[in-house]
Amino acid sequence: MNLTLKIWRQKNHSDKGGFKEYKVTDISKDMSFLEMLDVLNEQLTEKGEDPVHFDHDCREGICGMCSLYINGNPHGPLQTTTCQLHMRSFNDGETITIEPWRAKSFPVVKDLVTDRSAFDRIIQAGGYVSVNTGGVPDANEIPITKTIADMAMDAAQCIGCGACVAACKNASAMLFTSAKVSQLALLPQGQVERKTRAEKMVAQMDAEGFGACTNTGACEAECPKGISISNIARMNREYFSAVVSSQNV
Amino acid sequence: MSWVSKTLNSTLGKKLLMALTGLFLILFLVVHLAGNLQLLISDNGESFNIYAHSMANNPLIKVVSYGNFAFILLHVIYSIILTRQNKKSRPVGYAISRPQNNSSWSSRNMGILGTILLIFILVHLRGFWYEFKFGELPTAVYEGITYKNVFVIVSEAYSNVFYVAFYVICMGFLGFHLSHGFASAFQTLGLNHTKYSPLIQKVGFGFSIIVPALFALIPLVMYIQTL
Amino acid sequence: MILDSKIPEGPLADKWTKHKFNVKLVNPANKRKYEVIVVGTGLAGASAAASLAELGYNVKAFCFQDSPRRAHSIAAQGGINAAKNYQNDGDSVFRLFYDTIKGGDYRSREANVYRLAQVSVNIIDQCVAQGVPFAREYGGLLANRSFGGAQVSRTFYAKGQTGQQLLLGAYSALSRQVANGKVKLYPRTEMMDVVTIDGKAKGIVTRNLITGAIESHAAHAVLLCTGGYGNVFFLSTNAMGSNVTAAWRAHKKGALMANPSYTQIHPTCIPVSGDHQSKLTLMSESLRNDGRVWVPATVEMAEKLRKRQISANDIKEEERDYFLERKYPSFGNLVPRDVASRNAKYMCDEGRGVNETGEAVFLDFRDAIKRDGKSTIEAKYGNLFDMYMQITGDNPYEGPMMIYPAVHYTMGGLWVDYNLMTNVPGLYALGEANFSDHGANRLGASALMQGLADGYFVIPYTVGDYLAQSAAAKLDVNDQAFKTAEKEVKDRIQKLLSIKGKKTVDHFHKRLGKIMWDYCGMARNAEGLTKAKAMIKELKAEFWTNVNVLGDNEELNQSLEKAHRVADFIELGELMVDDALNRDESCGGHFREEYQTPEGEALRDDENFAYVAAWEYLGEGKEEALHKEPLVFENVKLTQRSYK
Repeated sequence: MNLTLKIWRQKNHSDKGGFKEYKVTDISKDMSFLEMLDVLNEQLTEKGEDPVHFDHDCREGICGMCSLYINGNPHGPLQTTTCQLHMRSFNDGETITIEPWRAKSFPVVKDLVTDRSAFDRIIQAGGYVSVNTGGVPDANEIPITKTIADMAMDAAQCIGCGACVAACKNASAMLFTSAKVSQLALLPQGQVERKTRAEKMVAQMDAEGFGACTNTGACEAECPKGISISNIARMNREYFSAVVSSQNV
Repeated sequence: MSWVSKTLNSTLGKKLLMALTGLFLILFLVVHLAGNLQLLISDNGESFNIYAHSMANNPLIKVVSYGNFAFILLHVIYSIILTRQNKKSRPVGYAISRPQNNSSWSSRNMGILGTILLIFILVHLRGFWYEFKFGELPTAVYEGITYKNVFVIVSEAYSNVFYVAFYVICMGFLGFHLSHGFASAFQTLGLNHTKYSPLIQKVGFGFSIIVPALFALIPLVMYIQTL
Repeated sequence: MILDSKIPEGPLADKWTKHKFNVKLVNPANKRKYEVIVVGTGLAGASAAASLAELGYNVKAFCFQDSPRRAHSIAAQGGINAAKNYQNDGDSVFRLFYDTIKGGDYRSREANVYRLAQVSVNIIDQCVAQGVPFAREYGGLLANRSFGGAQVSRTFYAKGQTGQQLLLGAYSALSRQVANGKVKLYPRTEMMDVVTIDGKAKGIVTRNLITGAIESHAAHAVLLCTGGYGNVFFLSTNAMGSNVTAAWRAHKKGALMANPSYTQIHPTCIPVSGDHQSKLTLMSESLRNDGRVWVPATVEMAEKLRKRQISANDIKEEERDYFLERKYPSFGNLVPRDVASRNAKYMCDEGRGVNETGEAVFLDFRDAIKRDGKSTIEAKYGNLFDMYMQITGDNPYEGPMMIYPAVHYTMGGLWVDYNLMTNVPGLYALGEANFSDHGANRLGASALMQGLADGYFVIPYTVGDYLAQSAAAKLDVNDQAFKTAEKEVKDRIQKLLSIKGKKTVDHFHKRLGKIMWDYCGMARNAEGLTKAKAMIKELKAEFWTNVNVLGDNEELNQSLEKAHRVADFIELGELMVDDALNRDESCGGHFREEYQTPEGEALRDDENFAYVAAWEYLGEGKEEALHKEPLVFENVKLTQRSYK
């Protein structure tokens, strides 16, 4: 396949940036999208042009490092991560537009690379169970209903890639935040800090400058791990019941 | 900042207000529709006029109606606040975006739909409510009691084809607004459950078609009757 | 140099308990006076950083990714072993110990492995308490699955994403300490050198990957939790960023590198599809629980398959060769990884490979689906099947998957003693970065176990022991040693940027990978290794004269990052070849073609090679010196590993 790529180039955070067009030829259908970009970068380097910077690491759809807004959707046309998107999803001669995640809370670092540390700070606000190493009860001491454990696992699958924020018209981080709040609210181990966690994580999410949820469902539709917006409802529930009943004034 | 204002200032708190006021307005629509349907009774407006009179003089309804105005106002104000905040969350937009792949049109355009509905409400209030309250109205006498004959104004308005068209089209927008708003309010309140959410979705869908359709039916029927 | 493994005296089962009592303790009030640096935030790094911070030490945690949650531990799929014996099927600490020693082909340290088996049970408790959503039975208790190399069900799992869930657990503990102010995080920061003062590790030099700033960080102890070096093969199941740089710089500062040639080739990976391939994708070994591995019985039939004249489903039962079940009736498809990989290679070498390249065998779920129903198989492996479908475009519910072995894990690593300290005082290596627990071959679901054992349960004791014996002296990054190291790093960057040659970094990386895979991969021989050594030397010379690294240091520069890593991989590659050439025997992942049984199994030479080969860097251009740590087996009998 031969393709035209329209790629966002931006030297650094303070640079204004803009689109640049590139041509790539002889792209195999079996290549992953990132391997196609590798081909482009090899070409650019050989020509002495700065290669296109993009985040990627595991290339097996689990680390959450790859991003890219491809042809109008996060991670491209399929509900998967960009590294698991293969060129068989595109047609010969197509023009592909590649942009970074766009959100105030995800500033562009360079080209297609963005800073997603806001997610780390949301987790730091309370996305954990406060147990120290050692001195914990036997793993089988508290049985957990299989359905509940499975629901917690479904929420826990979030890879923190930020596609939910990228897809949302409000750049809202509700799906990300609610996945963690849900996981720990469902499990008995998360009960002790349940209220404080919901309050603190929501507050941090707001402080980071993410938008509000308008329940469009775009996040769920684009999430490569299929995290359900029922988690958002659960977080709302957790938050409202926490603010009226917790001891935190 | 007290915990109350802190909560109401959070994105979730603002959403909560949107959902609660929205649900109230949905309830109001049902009551309003029940009253309006009396326009279709062929008694030359008697039931409707009596109903309008009783509504205007019942102290409980009075309180509720002021509440209703307040809720519309809140719904509008908070939607503006949230929209502004949401816009700020993405200062640089995408060059190419295909949101139709991941969400419905109405869910993404609640602001536009809401603005249209607000204009509709203002026109509607000016045309009927204002006239009923402060205008010079003819009267009608039923069983010895004198009533304001609001039916006359309504039927006059609905004999105008442009007015009817405006009404019917706006009810279409109401349908789209409700098609997202109804279920969305429940989601915001956290009422999402494997068993009940599908039901809420279905009821919401039905509601967003039936209620605006019935509202639109009234001017249409009355217009046809004048022909 | 005498390598002192510092293994405590006494019976095997009591060593760790006694040692924990004997180690020196740091008084709680004094802990806050110590700084500890943790490089890498995978299972070992995140768990160590969190646990040390909980104790009260001041921790700085570094990772090259944009968030600690992205370390490659996240990609581990299948599960984590623990000797809980929840299934009542005869498991015990000793059995896990025995399986691991035997699985490692008797090339690991008894004491370390036994401790690993002992603390394995604590890991599961810890993770559950953190909210890790392990799979459960309907009664609400934890579920287990079986895994290669074991005859008991002792593997705990969370769908096919166990590594992810365990890492997110450790990451959450780490995040809690960041919020507490006890851990300072340095994401997008790469370690460029270790700094030693008076022979002791006192800090590191880093490069900020966004700004290019070269910075020094001082500490009383430095923990390298930087994973393995499988990417020396270019194609591996490692993440693109996984590298040897931290370990290699430590090696060049005096830390010994042990058994570098022990490489694990994982049998169930998705076969290579073409030259463009940038990495290989593994599918959990757990697939072998229900999937049956086979190739056509005849070469003719395989040829027809390769030409796509027939499909797998056209081949009748009696024309299929379930070669693992045939050759190893008692373990069948669940033989250890090295055995499974090697046999797949033999089949393909015989010409019975099943895809266009001839380098793939089938993994078939037809019978399992018939037996248990599609929904059961979907529940167990759904995400793996989806992944396979996404990558290959084929549907594994309808026809068999194709698999081929790929580089997956490196058992070798920095030499450490029982305390996980390298021979450089104050410098520790944890997890895959060290060499200690898996011998010549790692069993499935043991990497997660080791990473977390080291981080949660070993290092908090052993680091304390070291710190208690050294004063909490004030640290100064203006010390000459830091300045010298910084200058060396800057000079090297300048050098890389100034070559301005003709070939890209990836070009060299691919060539290195091919040399390593061809001559130091699944099967090795003296002739090939000797050839490889010369080729690597040539490659190195060419790299330093003809590599093209664009851009500047003072920006995000991914070519420069890669160039550093590949330069180190080239040097490591040479040492791996040396090590493979030195070891005139076959054991585990190290298979020397000259040393095999008549049936083609690995032939160990316990008399001459029951030792850890630890290599010392002696300077640029010099051959490295070999030091031997003899392996003493008091509790197991060395036997020819048999899974028949």
